[in-house]
Amino acid sequence: MPGLGTSFGRGGATTFLQDLANADCILIEGSNMAEAHPVGFQWVMEAKRRGATVIHVDPRFTRTSAVSDLHVPIRAGSDIAFLGGLVNHVLSNDLDFREYVVAYTNAANIIDEDFRDTEDLDGLFSGFDPETGQYDPATWRYDPPDDAGAADRQEDAELEASEDSTRSGEAHKESHEAAESESHGSGGAPVSWKGRRDETLQDPRCVFQILKRHFARYTPEMVQEVCGIEPAQFRQVADALTRNSGRERTTAFCYAVGWTHHSVGAQMIRTSAILQLLLGNIGRPGGGILALRGHASIQGSTDIPTLFNILPGYLPMPNAAQHQTLDEWVADDEGKAGFWGNIRSYAVSLLKSYWGDAATADNDFCFDYLPRITGDHSTYTTVKAMIEGGCKGYFLVGENPAVGSANGKMQRLGMANLDWLVVRDLQMIESATFWKDGPEIETGELVTEEIATEVFFLPAASHVEKAGSFTQTQRMLQWRDKAVEPPGECRSELQFYYDLGNRIREKLAGSTDEMDRPLLDLAWDYPVDEHGDPDGQAVLREINGTGPDGVALSAYTELKQDGSTACGCWIYCGVYADEVNRARRRRPHWEQDWVAAEWGWVWPANRRQLYNRASAAPDGTPWSERKAYMSWDAEQQTWVGPDVPDFVPDRAPDFVPEEGAQGPDAIGGQDPFVMQTDGKAWLFAPLGLADGPMPTHYEPPESPVHNPLHAQQNNPSRRKLDHRTNPINPSWSEVFPYVFTTYRLTEHHTAGGMSRTLPYLTELQPEPFCEVSPRLAAERGLTHGEWVTIVTARTAIEARVLVTDRLRSLRLGDRFVEQVGIPYHWGRNGITQGDSANDLVNVTMDPNVYIQDKVGTCDIRPGRRPRGPALTAYVDDYRRRAGVDMEHPEDGGADR
Amino acid sequence: MSSPLGMSLLSDLFSEGRLWGRLDDVQHDAGYGTSEEHPPRMGFFTDTSVCIGCKACEVACKEWNEVPDDGYLLTGMSYDNTQELGASTWRHVAFVEQPFETVAARPPQEPPVDVAPAVDLGMPSLGVPAGEDQATSSGESGVRWLMSSDVCKHCTHAACLDVCPTGALFRTEFGTVVVQPDVCNGCGYCVPACPYGVIDVRKGDGRAFKCTLCYDRLKEGQQPACAQACPTESIQFGELDELRERADRRLAELHDKGVDVARLYGRDPEDGVGGDGAFFLLLDEPEVYGLPPDPVVTTRDLGTIWKHVGAGAATLVGLGVVSFLGRRR
Repeated sequence: MPGLGTSFGRGGATTFLQDLANADCILIEGSNMAEAHPVGFQWVMEAKRRGATVIHVDPRFTRTSAVSDLHVPIRAGSDIAFLGGLVNHVLSNDLDFREYVVAYTNAANIIDEDFRDTEDLDGLFSGFDPETGQYDPATWRYDPPDDAGAADRQEDAELEASEDSTRSGEAHKESHEAAESESHGSGGAPVSWKGRRDETLQDPRCVFQILKRHFARYTPEMVQEVCGIEPAQFRQVADALTRNSGRERTTAFCYAVGWTHHSVGAQMIRTSAILQLLLGNIGRPGGGILALRGHASIQGSTDIPTLFNILPGYLPMPNAAQHQTLDEWVADDEGKAGFWGNIRSYAVSLLKSYWGDAATADNDFCFDYLPRITGDHSTYTTVKAMIEGGCKGYFLVGENPAVGSANGKMQRLGMANLDWLVVRDLQMIESATFWKDGPEIETGELVTEEIATEVFFLPAASHVEKAGSFTQTQRMLQWRDKAVEPPGECRSELQFYYDLGNRIREKLAGSTDEMDRPLLDLAWDYPVDEHGDPDGQAVLREINGTGPDGVALSAYTELKQDGSTACGCWIYCGVYADEVNRARRRRPHWEQDWVAAEWGWVWPANRRQLYNRASAAPDGTPWSERKAYMSWDAEQQTWVGPDVPDFVPDRAPDFVPEEGAQGPDAIGGQDPFVMQTDGKAWLFAPLGLADGPMPTHYEPPESPVHNPLHAQQNNPSRRKLDHRTNPINPSWSEVFPYVFTTYRLTEHHTAGGMSRTLPYLTELQPEPFCEVSPRLAAERGLTHGEWVTIVTARTAIEARVLVTDRLRSLRLGDRFVEQVGIPYHWGRNGITQGDSANDLVNVTMDPNVYIQDKVGTCDIRPGRRPRGPALTAYVDDYRRRAGVDMEHPEDGGADR
Repeated sequence: MSSPLGMSLLSDLFSEGRLWGRLDDVQHDAGYGTSEEHPPRMGFFTDTSVCIGCKACEVACKEWNEVPDDGYLLTGMSYDNTQELGASTWRHVAFVEQPFETVAARPPQEPPVDVAPAVDLGMPSLGVPAGEDQATSSGESGVRWLMSSDVCKHCTHAACLDVCPTGALFRTEFGTVVVQPDVCNGCGYCVPACPYGVIDVRKGDGRAFKCTLCYDRLKEGQQPACAQACPTESIQFGELDELRERADRRLAELHDKGVDVARLYGRDPEDGVGGDGAFFLLLDEPEVYGLPPDPVVTTRDLGTIWKHVGAGAATLVGLGVVSFLGRRR
């Protein structure tokens, strides 16, 4: 989550669900919270009961809109224009919380004189290389301070040197290739100095003035032209936000995959971060940005990642070209101001937890055992490699890409070209049966007898059949006990991987090949129960970490770089403090205060509200009595309040770090963003993002609308997946005139394996359907309740259609834009079957996180789709008429 | 001739309070002794103004009570695919889509000319859009989506119970109405007796089923599964007297906020069923949610019927006597 990570220093929700109840206004955008997070939504309803204004900005009128005070229909994918309009409204009317902005953000920082904005370069920032489609961020940096000390000047020289090599060499490109932005999940990008500041905010090169100029054209009229939002309604939102922000009041933002699943997803989140910082709503009760995660433990799966480019605790995955030694690996971040500056302690402790006694100072703590990345190994790139024969084996664990991933055909064609495929799931999902009943078998594109993939299906234990922890939306670990033994051959993931490790190690036993040492030297010893299932609490304790005496550690500040401590994930250190599984604590909030510190455990250090130093004014007193949270107690010389201070506990507000101070010692008394190397929140990101220091509106890769802001139609650094299986609809195509977007329903769970197979859930939403406005229905002759066919350059699917006023026809200037909404839960297995909406979605990715854009264009027609080979011919005809260039499918054939 | 005792029993049975009208201690009436001797009357207050339509109540109910699925049909009635309460649906969430104009522009209490004005039942509109205004995105011309979780009302005067010939339906010590499947003979008398259309006979089984207000959970001091699952406290379970007070406060709060359309349904102990054990806060007319506007217990007229029957019988007897008298003359 680099959108939050580069802005604040950590890539997690800044606040917690319960705190929403304290908000005076809640803006939900990019999220259908009532439907997708119904349990957490109780706190929105509580806020509303206490008098808060709830606003829902969404392409569709959903169950969230139904209980909001205001629903604002928006064209899918145009969120930066809308939020940018709000930023402009705040800046041009002097409605920012000036004292907060000056003290706690980088608004005052002066930026390099060579920086050029998108307003100067018609949609590009300075540093863009059209050959590679990538940015060199050298000109986005802070101007060096006037009084730059010797250390700073030395670093400056080093930076210049490394920039020279960057410009000419491969290092920078590779850094982009490896999606380095993701590593700002818990530690901001490193800047070399705190920079020169103009706290009057008048210098034309200061961030505040740059921001003001950058968003000046995002007027209410422009918002209407891009988003289809009427100026009067835009004004209603702007007034609600500004009225409910400041010393006395706070506004919270909630978002989910409606922002993350875009080719500009990270920048959408960035725009909300800028807005919330200008309004002074970060780190304060009832404020913040709540990133709502898509599954039970998606936060957990980035903290202890299932991603290719990071290691536990957001440590960057070492790169084969750049990181030959432990020193090189940590060099970029070590010693910088803030807690991220202690990266070596976290890294060494992680290596100690992996390799135990084998990891010593003499062998760089087995740093050489770590796998290296050589480029982009993300999911869609891997699928492309499967189709091209470069990837031979695949594990699918709790994942059903044949239904749940964009461009399902690509996924299935990839899996059909493997040597082996392991599917571990609760149900016989489509990804395990595509070879006999997938859509490509129907069309003849695949023939069962010709598929060589050997598919192993391994039944998995469900969440009630195994013990373990979830890390949810608000970074909270909650432990669950095993309720029943798994039936038959079903096994927990823990048991599966433990056993797999044992078997591989048995096969390698006695090997003298150096290549096998990392596996043979692994610390791989866990207590098991009578069924052979390892004790999950032993694993959690290993993640927490232990000291030289073998006792569980209490906090990551105890981690050492000399190898005397071991810790599986530094940000989770403390979850097992005092040998107590704190994730298992279940003391309800009515038996403690509302912050409920004794329910579960939250990283980091059980802090519920991040950056909570900012809940007090620079002098350490609360901004107001109504919004008091943490404050400085001068008598006790400590920060006090209902939460764990997200600050050095005894650091006085007037503390000024000594020159040359490193790590936490370099955090000033008025620097609440302790993971940032300059202690400030970033309105302008001088480093860390692949597609610009500030957000700019670009159209989705498929759009019926010309970008009215610049000649640059799409995100110039978007990541394209150039392959014949991924053709893109040309922009502005009359053949594909409508926008579509996919989404979830309360009644089903993601790709459906856990809900389409259950009678009680299936009966509640028994068939695939889509939703259109009455105007679109009239235009295309669609009848409520009947079948329709939806077509993109990828394929065509069929569904029943609901014609409803909940879908609005949007007026953009002198034209209407119609949107088709399609839930994505269905596939060909389960109690009820149907086509998968994700088969329509193209793969064009955000350059920071390699996540696809879920918005596209389509046609919609009455009636069922053609069957068998006729379907292929039908889609071919559409491609031909739209002029899709199958030789260069990534551009759709009509991009400029 | 009837004995004086028989007369008093009949007149007592047909009097206000037994089969209709106000009845303050329903458990006492069912033979559970005084209010000190039985637990308080328990019920539901369903506040539809905070319902988010998640249907967790439907699923929790089925899971706990082992109610089978009710078929797989995409109805096209908004997001409502279970349609109505029945033998296999004991909680049902209604979804009502209304164009916003009809709500805002509805004439305030205009006197009906001949018939009551048609209430917009919120069926999805199928027609062509009403001009270009339809397509604007202003909040003034939006859509309203009402959601409401319906359930058996556990009436003070429960006709289903009163007409049950086998005693399968009975009043519990909590004042709720429960069917005992092992006693039910499937006669189906209860089905037309219910003024709300709640109870029904399960096809392929033959017996009648409906919400038990989780009688088994109540006996263990737990709350019903639906109320426990509800994330927004739309379904509130508790002592009926306390729930009525809570509902009154909530209604006043909403009226203070200008939500004039809010009203309570089934709250009044003087209504046609003597008040519901499960009552509601609605944001529109009951018909909009598929609820009868003025439900009356079907046994209310039993006394009158018997009086007429008695009068008819007496007339017949009198005529007979007269004819004998005439013959004697």
